[in-house]
Formats: sequence, C-alpha cells, structure tokens
Amino acid sequence: MSDRWCVTRNGVAVALRDVPDLSLDVMSADVVAAVSAGARLGCWSGDGEGRIVAVLVDDAAGELRVARARVGDRYPSLTPSCPQAHLFERELAEQFGPVAVGHPWFKPVRSHARWTPGPDAWGRAADMPIVPGVVETFRVEGEDVHEVAVGPVHAGVIEPGHFRFQCHGEQVFHLEIQLGYQHRGIERAAVGGPHPQTLHQMEAAAGDTTVGHTWAHCLVLEALADVAPPPVAQDLRATMLELERLANHVGDLGALAGDVGFQPTASFNGRLRGDFLNLTAALCGSRLGRGMLRPGGVRFGADEARRRDMTHRLHAARRDVTGSVELLFHTPSVAARFERVGIVRPEEATAAGLVGVARRACGTAVDARHDHPVGAWLQTRVDPAICGEGDVQSRAWVRWLEICDSLELVDRLLARPLDGELRVPMPSLRPDHLAIGLIEGWRGPVLHLGLTGPDGRLTRYKVVDPSFHNWMGLALALRDEQISDFPLCNKSFNLSYCGYDL
Amino acid sequence: MTASAANAPVWVQALLALGHVAVLLGLSPLLLGVVVRVKAWFAGRKGPPLLQPYFELAKLLRKGAVVSQSTTWVFRLGPVAGVVTALVAGLFVPLGGSPSPFAFAGDLVLVAYLFALGRFATVLSALDTGSAFEGMGASREVAFSCLVEPALFLGWLALAQLLAVDAPLTLTNLLAIGGNAWVAHPGALLLVVGAWVLVVLAENCRIPFDDPNTHLELTMIHEVMVLDHSGPMLGLVEYGAALKLAVTSSLVLGLLLPSTGRPALDLGIAVGGLLVLAGLIGVVESVLARQRLLRVPMLLVTASLMAAFSVALVAMR
Repeated sequence: MSDRWCVTRNGVAVALRDVPDLSLDVMSADVVAAVSAGARLGCWSGDGEGRIVAVLVDDAAGELRVARARVGDRYPSLTPSCPQAHLFERELAEQFGPVAVGHPWFKPVRSHARWTPGPDAWGRAADMPIVPGVVETFRVEGEDVHEVAVGPVHAGVIEPGHFRFQCHGEQVFHLEIQLGYQHRGIERAAVGGPHPQTLHQMEAAAGDTTVGHTWAHCLVLEALADVAPPPVAQDLRATMLELERLANHVGDLGALAGDVGFQPTASFNGRLRGDFLNLTAALCGSRLGRGMLRPGGVRFGADEARRRDMTHRLHAARRDVTGSVELLFHTPSVAARFERVGIVRPEEATAAGLVGVARRACGTAVDARHDHPVGAWLQTRVDPAICGEGDVQSRAWVRWLEICDSLELVDRLLARPLDGELRVPMPSLRPDHLAIGLIEGWRGPVLHLGLTGPDGRLTRYKVVDPSFHNWMGLALALRDEQISDFPLCNKSFNLSYCGYDL
Repeated sequence: MTASAANAPVWVQALLALGHVAVLLGLSPLLLGVVVRVKAWFAGRKGPPLLQPYFELAKLLRKGAVVSQSTTWVFRLGPVAGVVTALVAGLFVPLGGSPSPFAFAGDLVLVAYLFALGRFATVLSALDTGSAFEGMGASREVAFSCLVEPALFLGWLALAQLLAVDAPLTLTNLLAIGGNAWVAHPGALLLVVGAWVLVVLAENCRIPFDDPNTHLELTMIHEVMVLDHSGPMLGLVEYGAALKLAVTSSLVLGLLLPSTGRPALDLGIAVGGLLVLAGLIGVVESVLARQRLLRVPMLLVTASLMAAFSVALVAMR
C-alpha cells in the first residue's frame, strides 16, 4: 500500500497532484491494514470538494501517509473494523453529509448544520434549528440500573460537557460523553484564509494548548509557503512549548491531589503552575503564551540578562516542584487512590487510538517530538516517558517524568543564545498543496492539516486536538469503575472541551 | 467525678447548664474556623479569619432562598432537624470533665438516635428534591451511618463494664468513669478513643471519609445532599454541622479529660480541648488523602472492631 499512498513528513508540503485519488474501498482497506500494522489514523475528513482525505501517522517510521478518495452520500463505515475512526466518521457526516453505513453509534458531534448544501446525514430539515446537546444517548435497561446525568453546567468553574452514566449502584456500566457546547467553527473560519484573525483563532483553539496549536498552525503555513524559520525562533518555540507542558502538568498533578483531598500538593502546585506561567510571560508577555509564535518565526527573543533571570527562576521552581510532587507520590493514602483506578488496557488504548500522555501511560512509547521531530527537536533528542499500568497513577507518573524532562530541556534551551534574527517574512502560500503539522502539545500530538486551492488560499483547514482521540479513553477507563472515582479519572486525562468542540 | 457538680446548689447547676449551652451554641462555628485555619497553615497560606464561619452564617441568614417547585415541607424540615437534634443531643453529652445539663439512665441511646433522626431528616429532604445526585448521596450516607453505630455502642459497652452496679447508665457517668480509668485500662481506652475519633471524622464528613471542600458532586457524601439548600436553610445546615462537630468531639473529649472537681474550670478546659481537637482534625485533613468510597466501609468496620476489642479487653481484666 505504501506505493499507493503519498508519503510525507511532518511540516513538509506536498503538491495535491502527488496525493493519490484512490477508490474509497481501496483507501478504507489500506487504512484498516495500516492501523492493524501499528499506524494511527491521524485524520479522516472531508476536503470540502466531495473527497475524504485520510492521514495515517506512522510513529515507528516517522512518516505521514496521505491519500484521498471521492465519497458519495453513503459509504460502508470504517469503524467496525477500525474503531479509532468512529469520531472522524461522525464528524465527517456532520460537516459534509456522507453517511457511514454500519457505524455502531452514528450521531452528530458538535450540533451544527451541514457546511455544504445537500442532504443532512440524519435527515434533519435544513431550516430545522439544531439545539446543542439534544441527541439520543445510550441506555442500559434493566432492574436496578439507573442513570446519572452530569452537566453541561458543572459545580466548578470548568468547561461545559454532558456526561451520562449508566450505573448499577456505585458501579458504572457505561459512560457516554456528549460535547460540542463550545463549537465556534474555527476550522470553517480558516477557509479562504489565512485571514488576519486565523492565527488568533488557532491560539485559542484550546486555551491551555496555545503554543501547541499555534506551532502546528505555523508549521502548516510555513510548509505551504516553503519557508524555514530561523534556528533561534525554533529554540524559542521549543522553550515555549516545554514551559506550557510544565505549567499544565504541574497544575494537573496539583488538581489530582485536590481531587483525592490531599491538600499540600494541591496548594503548592497551584502556586507553582503560576510560576511556570510567569516564566512564559517573561518571554512573551502573556501567561498563556499568546502573541509569541507567528508564521515565519517568533515575535520576541530573550537577551542574556533575561535568560539568566529565567534560569534562576526555573531552578527555584524545580526545587519546589520536586518537593511537592515527591510528597504526593510518597504518601500512601494518595497511592491507595491512584493505583489500579481507571485502568485502560493497552489493547483498548491501541484500538481506540489514544494519544499523548494517556497512551504513554499504557506503556506505548510515542511522542511526536521523538517520532516526527521538527525545529529544535531535530537537534535535541526527547525520549518518550512511559509507564505501563494504564491507571491514574501511571498517567500521573508520566506527567512527573515529563516535568523532569521538560525542566532539563528548558534549562538547556535557555543556555543557548535566544536573540538575533527571530522571523523571516512570509511569502504567499503555494497553490494546490497540502501540509501537515504535528506538534506534541502537553496533552498529546496536535495535528493541523491545510489544503490550498489554485489561488493559494486555504480551501480546507483541519484541526485535530489530542482530546478528540482521548475522550473515548476516559469512557473506557470508567467501565466497571466506581462513579465516585469519575472526577479523579477525568482529571487524570484532563482533556480539552473546546479543543474537541473547535 | 460528677459528685461535686451534682451536690452544688441549684443556681450553680443552672449557671453551668447555661454555660454548657452557650459553649455549644456560640463556639461550634469557631471549631470549623480552626480546622480551616490549620489546613491553610499546612498549605502555606494565611487562610480566612478564624471568625469566617460566623460571617458566613450571618451572610446566609440575610439571603433569600431558592426552593425547587418539586419539593414539599419535608425539604425545609431537614436543616431545622439537623440543628435541633444536634443541640438536644448536646444537652446530654458532657463537655470534657464538665457534666451534661441533663441526664437519665439510658440517655446514650437517645443521643445515638438523635444523630440518626437528624440524618433521617437530611436524607428525606435530599430525596425530596428528586435529584439523582442527592439520591446517590443519601444512599451513601445511610449505608455508612449503619456502620458508624456499632463503633459508638461497642465503645459504650466497654465503658459500661466499669460502671458501679448501682450507678445510673448516663453518658456523663460513662465518660467520667472512662476518663478516670486510664491507669487501670489504658489499652481499652485507647482503642475506644481511636474508634471514636474515626466516628467523629465519619459523622462530620471529614477526610478520609468525605471531603467537605470538594466541588465534585459525584464524590460527595454529605455535601451532595444539601446542594439544593440555599440562603438561611443552608446557614442552618452549616450551623447544624458545626454543632454536630462540637457534640461528637466532646464525646472523645469526655474520655480524655477527667473531672478536676471544679465545674467552671472543667468547662474552661473543655473549651480548650475542643479547639485542640479541631486543630487535630485540621492536621489529619492536611496530611491524609481521602479514602476511596469503596474502602470507607472497611475503615468504619475497623472502628467497630477497635471498640469490640476494647470490650473484650475490659471484660478480661
């Protein structure tokens, strides 16, 4: 099959004429074969012109394979033989209409009308208003089975999502997660662009993964325009990415401690997360890393005094984080809560196509910084941090290992000169090209896919946040668990709602 | 023992009783303030003022309440019953070495079932809302409280064996005799104290049984039952919880603080003791994580077993 598909790499554009137009049967069969051989379905999405574009991510070979196929109103669903396609097929149907026949649980993803004119996949009239969240949900029938519905409005200040548990007493049979409440239409808004606001929309695609999404976006545009940002900019981007990882992982470990009522780490990590956000702000002025990455480079450098100051603060934060997190992992009552709770088995993780921290916690060594390196990762080797049990403890431990690695990386990056030429001018995008940007954000790989038309404008822009792959993992982790452990399991994944809703 | 108090003039007894009620009513919220303050200190924060629970109560009492249309008078009964049962139970529980204002033979059964009555009313008012969450919390609360009772009664049984044959079986007598028997039965008393500390933590929804600070509905036990209460009703719920903390803590305190023979001094020592106990609860909450809900029964059975062993220990002497 590899000779049929177009083989490319992360951040390298290919001309659309080199992307093969396969028949859908052949493409589906190839996807099933590749996925069973260890590849991951990175994208299965409409191109807006009646075709499906499929991206296979081969982590072992460091390759991305692309193909496309024309699709009609109906096609045989890929999901029964390739479960990780389930959400892509639902999304495709919602956006462009093709019905995946044989899909086991075929329903809308984000509660919006079809983008292109044509029949709705669920037979809804074009003038019928679509109310968010009003969808069919899975039900378990039987004596003593009861249903608990949580959200979309929650007791804490968190994003909206609806969780429907089928329970038998405290035991959860099944959890169904219904999102889409924050759908903003940022993919669609990028069409015809890049517009002046596109960059800002990508920065806000998932607010906690600003650097991850912005870098992936810049990577796509730079590939399409065939420019390379200066090496200093690559180092600064890597620094930003690792600081974002540090802030979020540290915050997550604190939140996990908070969920089991372990106060010391919850409080200390809450403050320490702020220290890392402030380091981000020291580079670019925004604690969330906005306004730093731009196509062609970055906006701000760091002179020697600033690097020295940042290194100093980094070392102080490292000392505090080490103390706080070691206390967490050395407390037996915490271990009793973390261990053997919310287990995702490796074969489930593979079948569901989990990515990032959740996947590495099942013992699979995948990390886009290692498997698909770009920029600073070409010179700086990053080894995936893995832990094998697939439970809450493993997901916490992977985060801790990554905190240690990232502290080391930032320390080394700050030792390099970080000023000089920061940005090269961006020419217009090459017409009729396709490019993929894959960046390992703190949650997992962020994939952006851009296609240009004959005028060099974007005809389709696809964003795949790691949360899109991983929400299913949370549902799997809850099978046969206690409903009271849901918040803990949820926090151990800590997935993005808006990154999924787009 | 209580002889000095019992022999005192009526007006002294009346003053002591008033002092007892005043301590319960006035001091209880301060205990919550102490817990929060100790936790804040452990977390490296300054924490809210010690009197914050009083400010909160004052705020809640001034507020309006939103009541779901699906509820009945049962919903409003819960918070009131919570305060009343805790207060009445408090009238029969001695504060440290200071005797309780009221006592009769067998009053300990009344105390145990006053707690149960308060819980029953809370559970009913939770079920009255018809919410899935509150039903879940109610079922948890009821299941766990069944396991708390044996620890309480077995502890009393251990102490009752020490009671003179002709002495009335009152809580005051029981706790006083326990407080004075540390030399003869240190092991048994230690076990009872251990069991009852667990009872205090469980009854008051503290870590490791429940987390009073969590906002996560699905993990809550007690808090989820009062999610629908607001304004003055929520104020009553919180006040009732504070009272219960004071009353259950004074059970433990009665064992730890023998009477000095001077009632006013005893009362003063008891107040100090309550504050120290609240501080210790704060420490426990700062160094422990919460148990898995599935393991809570195990911990409660442990408490009952400790009390049972103390019964055996006393019987063997």
